[in-house]
Formats: sequence, C-alpha cells, structure tokens
Amino acid sequence: MKGAGTERMAGKSEWAARFEALAKEARHPALQKFYRAGVIAAQTPIEQVQLLAMDVETTGLDAQAHSIVSIGLIPFTLQRIRCGQALYWVVKPQSELNEKSVTFHHITHTDIRNAPALTEVVEALLDAMAGRVMVVHYRNIERGFLDRAFHRHLGEGLQFPVIDTMQLEARMHRQKRSWLDRLLRRPQLSIRLADSRARYNLPPYHAHHALTDALATAELLQAQIASHYLPSTPIAALWD
Amino acid sequence: MQIELQEIRDHLHRFPPFDALPLETLDGIAQRVEVSYFKAGSDILEAGAVIRDLHYVRSGAVEIYRRNGELYNRLVEGDIFGQAGLLRSNKVRFPAKALEDSLIYFIPAEVFAELCAQHDAFAEFVEAEGHSRLKSAVEAQGRASELIQLKCRVLVSRSLVWVTSDTSVHEAAKVMTEQSVSCVVVMDPEPRPAHRMVGIVTDRDLRTRVVAAGRSDSATTIGQIMSVDPVAIEADDSLFEAMLVMLRRNIHHLPVMYKGRTVGLINLSDIIRYESQSSLYLVNRISNQTSVEGLRALLRDLRGTYIRMVREGATAHMIGSAISGIGRAFTQRLLELAEKKLGPPPVPYCFMALGSMARDEQLLLTDQDNALVLDDAFDPTLHDDYFRSLATFVSDGLAACGYSYCKGGIMATNDQWRQPLRVWRGYFNDWIEKPNAATLLNSCIFFDLDGVYGQLELVQELKTLCARKSSANPGFLNAMARIALNRTPPLGFFRTFVVETDGRQKRIINLKGRGTAPLTDLIRIHALACASTAQNSFDRLDAISNTKLMQPEALKHLRYALEFLSMVRIRHQADALEQGMSPDNYIEPERFSTSERHNLKEAFQVLSNAQNFLRFRYPAKARQLP
Repeated sequence: MKGAGTERMAGKSEWAARFEALAKEARHPALQKFYRAGVIAAQTPIEQVQLLAMDVETTGLDAQAHSIVSIGLIPFTLQRIRCGQALYWVVKPQSELNEKSVTFHHITHTDIRNAPALTEVVEALLDAMAGRVMVVHYRNIERGFLDRAFHRHLGEGLQFPVIDTMQLEARMHRQKRSWLDRLLRRPQLSIRLADSRARYNLPPYHAHHALTDALATAELLQAQIASHYLPSTPIAALWD
Repeated sequence: MQIELQEIRDHLHRFPPFDALPLETLDGIAQRVEVSYFKAGSDILEAGAVIRDLHYVRSGAVEIYRRNGELYNRLVEGDIFGQAGLLRSNKVRFPAKALEDSLIYFIPAEVFAELCAQHDAFAEFVEAEGHSRLKSAVEAQGRASELIQLKCRVLVSRSLVWVTSDTSVHEAAKVMTEQSVSCVVVMDPEPRPAHRMVGIVTDRDLRTRVVAAGRSDSATTIGQIMSVDPVAIEADDSLFEAMLVMLRRNIHHLPVMYKGRTVGLINLSDIIRYESQSSLYLVNRISNQTSVEGLRALLRDLRGTYIRMVREGATAHMIGSAISGIGRAFTQRLLELAEKKLGPPPVPYCFMALGSMARDEQLLLTDQDNALVLDDAFDPTLHDDYFRSLATFVSDGLAACGYSYCKGGIMATNDQWRQPLRVWRGYFNDWIEKPNAATLLNSCIFFDLDGVYGQLELVQELKTLCARKSSANPGFLNAMARIALNRTPPLGFFRTFVVETDGRQKRIINLKGRGTAPLTDLIRIHALACASTAQNSFDRLDAISNTKLMQPEALKHLRYALEFLSMVRIRHQADALEQGMSPDNYIEPERFSTSERHNLKEAFQVLSNAQNFLRFRYPAKARQLP
C-alpha cells in the first residue's frame, strides 16, 4: 500500500493548466484572483503541500434543492493542523431549514437570522482556499454545494482540486473485506468519517459541526498518509 | 467572528492542570493549538532538538525515555510532556515516542509562558512535574497500592454480554458487534436454577477457530468453538490478583464471579489503566512477536518495566510476579513459534518451569530451569526427535533473550528432564522415599514447579504428588532441612556482619545466597509439611498460617524479613541497571545508612531464628512426633 499508484496519476495532473484557463474565463474579480493564485505542481510531494480541511453543513443532501448553512475551514500540512488559522461561518441558506437537518447540525433559525448571506463571505472563503489543496470527506457534498451556490449567487461555478479522505479509505478497504464482513455477509465496511477515524485509533468527536468535521478530516488524512503512503507521494496520486 | 473549537476545549477541561483554568482561557488555548497524528512506533521528540510547544496527549499512549535510553514514563490521554525542556533550555530533555497511534496537541511556547505567568496553580503543576522524582515516586506508590486495594468489582461497569452455547456463530458475532464488545461469556442454555457459565469466546476465537478454520457456516454453534471452563476471578479479589492471572495465563479477558454467578467481564485494558508499570503491555507485545530476534529486542523494555516497578513502590511480591509473568510470556511465545516451525506435537505435553519462575519470584538476573512432562503415550523412538528439537528451540531462544543456560543442566534439552509423566512420578517417588545427597539437590529445585504451557494437568498432578507424599515422609523433610541449614545468615556472635571479600577487596554480603535463598528453602519445607501445593513463598506462608505448625508472630516476622531482603536485593539490582552496570546479588553493608543496617541485621536475625526452629522441628535423626 506504500507509495503512489502511478496509473492513478494519469489525467489528474492538469489542474494547473485548468486553473490557467479558468482564470481567463472567470468574470467575478474574486474568482479571477482565486484561479490566478494557481495550483501546485502535480509532482509535489504531499509532505510539502499546503492543505485546507473543509466541511460544509447543509439543509439536505441535494445540491439542487438544499443549501449551505455553515462552512468550517482549517489550514494544515502533514506536520501540523493549525487551529489558530481556522475559519467558520454560519450563512443564511436559500432553502428553508427543516427539522431533520436542524437535529443534525444544531444550527437553528435564531442562529441564521443575523447570519450573512454566502455572497458576503465569498471573498474570505476564496482567500483561504487560494493556493491550497482542499481536503474533504466525501467530495460530492463540498464540490457540489459550493459549485451550485456560486452559480446561484455569482452566476458562475467553482472548481478546485480535492483530496477525498473517503475515497482514500475506499481504496484501502473496499477491495478487501474483513473476516467479520464475510462472516455476517455484510455488504461493505463503513467508510463514514467516524468509522474511518476509529480504524486509525483517532478519538470520537461530536459529528456535524462544520469546524469539528474539518478538524476530524484533517486528522484522518494525516493518519491515512502515516499508515498507507510515503510522505514523498506526489499530490497527483491523491487528489482529484 | 467567534471560532470555537469545542472538542479541544472540552477535552483540555477534563485534565489537570487545565481543569482549574477558566473556560475563556481554555477557549483561548484551543484557538491556538496545533495538532498532529503519530503512528505507533514513530518519534515525537528527539533528544537535543529544539522544543517550541508543550505537548498534550489527546489520545493514544506515549513513552518518555531518559537520555541513556531507559524508559522513564508512560503517558496516556490528558498527560503533558515537554515542559522540562520548555522551562529550561528549550531543548528536548526526554525523547518521546508514540507507543500507540496517538493524537498530540501542541500548545505553543508563548501560550505556555502566558499560562505560567497568569495562573500560579498551572505554573506549580508544570514545574513540580519537571524535577521532582520524589513526587512521582509518591504518586506512583499510590498507583501501585491502588492495584492491591481496589477490588475487581469496581471495574465491572456494564452489564454482562452473554449468549447461550447453542447460539450460532453468526448470531454471536452480531451480538458482539452490536454491543461493541470483543468478548462474550457463553452460558448453558438451561435456565434453571440459573444460567451457568460454560465458556468464553473472543474476537480472536472467531477469527482463528471459525473463519480461518472454514467453519463459518450457519450450523456451527458457539458451544463448538468456545474456550471451555474459562479462568475467572472473584468480584472481591484485588486488581493485583486479576493482573497476576492475566500475566500467568496470558489471557486478556476475565469473567468476574459473585456468589457463584457471572456478573461481568474485565479485560486487559481495564487493568492497564491502573498498572502504570506496563508489565501487561509488555506481555502483550511479547505474544505478538514472530521471531526470536523480535523477542530479544524487548529486553530493554523488560529492564525499563523492572526499574519503573521498583521506583513506583511496588512490593517484592508484585515485582516477582510481574517479572515471572514476563518470563512465562517469553517461554510461551517461544513454544508457539517452535510448534509453528515443527508442527503440532505428536502427543500432549506440558512445559514445566522450575525454581524462581515457578515460585513467581523471578528477578532479572536469572538462569533458565525447565523440563518437559510428556503424556504417557510418548514413545521415545517415534516422538523424541520432535521434543528434543522443541526443547532446543526454546532453550536457545531463552538464552538469546537473557535467560542464560542452567549450569546444572536442569533444562528440557537434557534427556533426563524430558520424560513422560510416569517416569516423572517415579523420579519424585524415589527422591522422597530414598533421599540421598544428589537427589536432595534436585528436590530443592524441582519442588518449586509450575506448568507454563501445554497440558497443564500433567504438572498439576506432579505438584499434588509432591505435596501429599512429602508431608507423609518426615525422613525426607528432615533431610531437606539439613540442606536448608547449610547456608546461614551473615551474622556474627555479637550481631556484627560477617562479610566476604570479593575480587576487588570490597567487603560484601551475598544477599541471595545468605538471605533470600535460605529463607525460601525453609519456607518450602514447612509448606511441604503442610501438604500445600502453593509455590510462591508468600502464598506458602499463608498456607502455613492455616495450620498450627508455626506461631502467627513468627510467620509475620518471616514475611517481613522476606519482603525486606527481597526489596534490598531488587533495589540494588535496579540501581546497577540505571548506572549501566550488570546487576548482581552482592551488597556492601558499609554503604548503607545506620538505620538501614539495623533493619538488615533485624531481617537476618529472623532468618537465624527460623533456622533454629527448623533444626528443632525436623531433627537430624528422625524422631517420632507425638
């Protein structure tokens, strides 16, 4: 499991080129600035990459129908997770908060009454993301919702490179099934955030607070790399 | 914008010295913490490196070393380290290594300095931690005695998870998964008068006996694969007892009984929390090694465990039991490796420990004394090649791990000591019925015996034979007493020390030869006279006290003398280890303080009195006792 699967790197190395093109296409100045900051080279070892753990909490799972209620960001590297530079916003969602999602993330109507709209935090958000590689657990949520929200508010979408810790976990565990799974004829090993963390002896956290989940994801990536990859693994083998 | 890192703040809030800080201060710390994950075995701090943060163990376990490489401390969740370096040179004083997968919080030096400046209690806590060996010794003494004082019942926190023996393995695995337990108790399906415990099943059993054995079909019941009649512990037994059982048997789960009912399960990690010396950890690591080299590499940890136990105020009984338990673990693992290499044994056997390991009184400086008791189906022409190879593998492995070959040849590699049970019965009968000078020397060694691995009943039978037969043969006991009186305490007529002179003209006393060894010899004889099968000297004293053989006062003195002389010897060896010298049994009484010398003389006097009683009780010419 150590080292990079080179076959996976094919076709993933063009993020730098894609950002150059996007910088030209983008109309909103904040987006132009973000794309112009560029992306590190695909061959950069993961130990040298500036990373940003990201989690968004939403009113539901469908990026078309639901919207973002909070965003948590924590910059980190393989060596250190920097809580001192963490960022967290509650934002006013487009769609209604429903009871079910409230019980998940505990953000209530009172919390969002005075919250800014997403448009107000876009610049700070893009500043934090600029030049970094995003790290999320289950990329479809963060990518899908941010892209959708940017379309809605700015009239153009958002693209960025992502390391998905859930995807890394799937590479590790979805091929080989454990004895207990076979014994119970269970379909698959859970690669949810909490279950994945437990496999690396990381402590349980209260889930569904965007900042806590971002911290949890950053720690998980450190553990995954320490367990399964060399620090010199090129970023291209990990991102998507 | 208010950034709240609640998880971090709430965790800090639970542990000293942070628990005494106001919440807003903790929020401030949490907002500046940095975090990193360390895989088990990786370095966290290297000696001499620059240190910029106070380190806090969020989860996992960390080992701190002295610069000479000896283990200094083991830290767990909520503990801090690195303060010694921060307070002085900003250089790492004690290197640190992750023992388990660990998550570490780094609190920057500036924050640490602010906390010290603004909160006196915080400053006192971190400063005291840095230099006071005394404090840690006192605290540790608390921990060591906690093991003896706390009852197993305090660890029974959740209701018992159990299944009946007719449950399918699927169903049982499901129950274990749902309840998140690694072990279940198996009960007899008959509910009247009450379910009775008949076995135990662990995660590992499901893996090795079900999945690996290809028995994961729905017809397999838990009763077919469980370990039957598991070793259990009473709710009112101490944690120390539980630790001993786990050490001796190398088991990780113990059912807890109360008034004949199974009320709970305690496991290894429950005990480890109270057992800071980590002998159980070490046993666990020993049983995970796959080669002799791997085992040999654990020698340093064995020394570290030994030194920590001594410094943390453990008793001689605790230290002897722990070190013997570790010795057993080495032996057991070597036997498992030997069986892996040679295949399963052709007939059942039991690997037998003799001498100090059998008595649970082993220290670091020790020879191997062992033998093989084979099932009576043993046929030398067919089977002896196997057992000779097995014995050689284990004996060589033990020697590699620091248990040097027995100079007297008392090892299973010796043909004479690798025999079926009926031959052993013959040996013991002969030795007891017709003692002579040569066989009496054997008796001194072989009458401390204990099964270590395999069919333990084989050795149990010999133990019973020794006890029954010896007690019925006063001639044998008298002869044994003569041998025990050969070695006298080093006291002159006016209670002065009788010293020997060693090669470097130092005036020395042989603590073992003239202290602990003659003591254990005479205790053995009294215990055999009482037909006791106990092996440990303290247990033997308990057994003797249940009879009228000796005055309670005399027994109390013996117990004290044994504990004291053993501890002087144990401390002497720990000091030698810490100074990088090889441990021995020779002390220089002149280097002791007046009061220590007084205690030493007192203890030797007890031995002297006890020998006089032995001489009277088992006279040279057998006399008819009334």
